[in-house]
Amino acid sequence: MAKLTGLQRDVIALYRQCLKAVREKPADTRENFRAFARSEFHKNQGVNKKDFGTIEYLLRQGRRKLETYQDPGIRNITT
Amino acid sequence: MATTRAFARLASRRAAVRPAAFLTRGFASVTESPTTSETVSPKASRGPISEKQTSTIKEPEPGKDAKIKTFHIYRWNPDEPTSKPKMQSYTLDLNKTGPMMLDALIRIKNEVDPTLTFRRSCREGICGSCAMNIDGVNTLACLCRIPTDTAKESRIYPLPHMYIVKDLVPDMTLFYKQYRSVKPYLQRTTAAPDGREFRQSKEERRKLDGLYECILCACCSTSCPSYWWNQEEYLGPAVLLQSYRWIADSRDEKTAERQDALNNSMSLYRCHTILNCSRTCPKGLNPALAIAEIKKSMAFT
Repeated sequence: MAKLTGLQRDVIALYRQCLKAVREKPADTRENFRAFARSEFHKNQGVNKKDFGTIEYLLRQGRRKLETYQDPGIRNITT
Repeated sequence: MATTRAFARLASRRAAVRPAAFLTRGFASVTESPTTSETVSPKASRGPISEKQTSTIKEPEPGKDAKIKTFHIYRWNPDEPTSKPKMQSYTLDLNKTGPMMLDALIRIKNEVDPTLTFRRSCREGICGSCAMNIDGVNTLACLCRIPTDTAKESRIYPLPHMYIVKDLVPDMTLFYKQYRSVKPYLQRTTAAPDGREFRQSKEERRKLDGLYECILCACCSTSCPSYWWNQEEYLGPAVLLQSYRWIADSRDEKTAERQDALNNSMSLYRCHTILNCSRTCPKGLNPALAIAEIKKSMAFT
């Protein structure tokens, strides 16, 4: 695999964090959270890889969303 | 012959190098150079699209002898994250607009373009919501008069070096997190001697004048170059002013702990007395003096 840029590693790290965070959720709704996290990333798959400003913005937004949805009070999600 | 060939090679090499030169990224200066084949400009730090390339939205019904003034306002919509920020021009008749910049913004939002987004609340300089960069100065839109000279155009940007939520709304999360980190509340373990209130002498109370008036609009912090470059570690003038407000408070018993928390190279000592903070403060306070007082109190303990 080609050597990844810092930004690409950041995106992958966030994706990993999201998938790990799913494990903290109740067992019967984990699949919903997983689907939600994946869909959020798929939505912006078309962003030009040289459009750094946009990717950085989406990363910031993603981290914030992760923080919000990590709250143990959120037990289910629908996409 | 050989020398001329060498010169020719040198010249051709230099010519070959030149096209690459404009692709290198400058450090602080903004240079306008057309991007060649890319459709999306990779230079995120180039600043917004100039108002010359965007349309102008005109005053709906200019009256007789209308005083038309142009406002260039920073626009960016997070719903289209791939679009670049742009400067949008609006013209308003000053005869129908209130005297302050905030009145102009509210009028644009009400009558011309309801998509314009900005924070506002008290419209009298008490809440600190409408802090923005107007004609190059960080100030509260509600305390800033519209210059009556209609020949000059006004430019309105959000607070500099902040992440943008939308249009003129900056993301203040970090600023509030830093404010929380200085523990802005009274810390005491002992009860008041007479079991009623914590009393202060007039001199002790006088120390808090010029500190308690701060409304945390973040105009000073976002005008400080030190804060621009070290936002993560340096607390910034506004938060340090609040920190000093509690260090100076005679009723507080955790003064030493508060000073210890600031005693590192980043939190406090990134202040290099640039004094932009005191210059820009829309409430006329002096954060630089408060920072100097903290430094002084730390030097003598």
